[in-house]
Amino acid sequence: MPFALLKYATRSAFKGDHAAERHFRLSPDLKPTYDVVIIGAGGHGLAAAYYLATRHGITNIAVLDKGWLAGGNTARNTTIVRANYLTPEGVAFYKESVDLFRSLSNELDINVMYTERGHFTLAHTDAAMNTARWRAEVNKHMGVSSEVIGPDDVKRICPTINVSDDVHYPIMGALYHPPGAIARHDAMAWGYAKEAARHGVEIHTQTGVNRILIENGRAVGVETNRGTIHAGRVLQAVAGSSSVVANMAGLKLPIRTIPLQACVSEPVKPILDQIVVSGSLHVYISQSARGEMVMGGATDAYGLYSTRSTLDFKESLMAHMLELFPFMGELKVLRQWAGMADMTPDFSPVMGLTPIENFFIDAGWGTWGFKATPVSGLRMAECVATGRQPDLLKPFALDRFGSFDLVGEKGAASVGH
Amino acid sequence: MKIMICPVNGPRNIAEFAWGGEVKPDVDPVTCTDQDWTDHLFLEANIAGIVTEWWLHTPTNTWFIARRNTLTDEILETMTLDAYYTREGAISA
Repeated sequence: MPFALLKYATRSAFKGDHAAERHFRLSPDLKPTYDVVIIGAGGHGLAAAYYLATRHGITNIAVLDKGWLAGGNTARNTTIVRANYLTPEGVAFYKESVDLFRSLSNELDINVMYTERGHFTLAHTDAAMNTARWRAEVNKHMGVSSEVIGPDDVKRICPTINVSDDVHYPIMGALYHPPGAIARHDAMAWGYAKEAARHGVEIHTQTGVNRILIENGRAVGVETNRGTIHAGRVLQAVAGSSSVVANMAGLKLPIRTIPLQACVSEPVKPILDQIVVSGSLHVYISQSARGEMVMGGATDAYGLYSTRSTLDFKESLMAHMLELFPFMGELKVLRQWAGMADMTPDFSPVMGLTPIENFFIDAGWGTWGFKATPVSGLRMAECVATGRQPDLLKPFALDRFGSFDLVGEKGAASVGH
Repeated sequence: MKIMICPVNGPRNIAEFAWGGEVKPDVDPVTCTDQDWTDHLFLEANIAGIVTEWWLHTPTNTWFIARRNTLTDEILETMTLDAYYTREGAISA
């Protein structure tokens, strides 16, 4: 063995000269008081911490997580970013997120691998074509690139797809959204964590919140498994367990926790550039940068606080997937997983102020949370810093249900649920 | 294949059933406040643990009650509406 190699071995073992730089400092001890405590160290919570520190000068922040950094739905989504929603409120909101994504690698000084691929929402029925036209018109009005195209154009742009009539549900057309993109989900969390920590934010993993302390209708702190800490303001940014955490503050939410399953195939050479979604067939697929086919479907048929995988899911997914992409019959499933999704009645999030003073909520992210990571971080930071609901978040307030002022986005959900 | 026991039709594939959500206490739409009514419509206890829920056996259109553990995905018990209301001692019109 060349002796030169020994030099590196001993150096890194004894001095750590060559050890990779940590993405963020470990914060060993909890302080007794913070200006802001954020429950949940996923993409949304970390992004809120980052924007509080960089846009609002609030740096005395603790981000707490019961598990490890970004181990929840930040790690479990299928990384699709798009703005082709159905309601003007939804389109404006997700459009701002896409705009933020485009400069995020520079801003966070980490490659989040944001890649615009083009996004198809396939239509196999007249009803789906109608929804596609509706979405295209709303999108164009709001300045988002979207158009309805026929099967020939689908085939021209995405030659791999099977547009033949010899299937159960032939493709009648598609809503084509050229800016549709994928990004590296873990890098988002690392980037926000790293930059937030650089500005003084503390990140405490393995720190579960057991109680939210409320005095005279205002949140004053949290009780954790590592002791009680006081907080000027508390933001809950958890997914899946939103109802459980909100319940600690005495709040009931319009949320049902339902698993969403996904899987990837073994990696193959690049064959599918676009992101392809079919609401009618309950499937979506894209090919990751390392060649895996990333696939998902509808949420499970019933609520569950579990991330187990089922054979039923894969059978129903593949039945339709093989019609769209017959070559997939050659591929093996490599990994499978699930996330616990906060499903709301109108398929829109629940964000902003709550009836409890100084207690803020970022929840209801169902199957649409990853793409909103930057905008929800930015706007929730504004909300927490100012104590006012930002205009962009007004449609998504918790109290919309009391006035039947729902933001119906089911027609733009990735797949029918 | 996961099996659920319909209290009328016996053990069947879970794919034959539809989830109806948690059993909520009824509110009287005549006397309740608007807030009570929208809370009843939209808010969910969404419990992580043992829940009591509505379920439907779709081929026979049979609604019944199930007790389930939402942490372990176990179906603990299923019962007809009669059995449920008898046990609860609460019959709502």
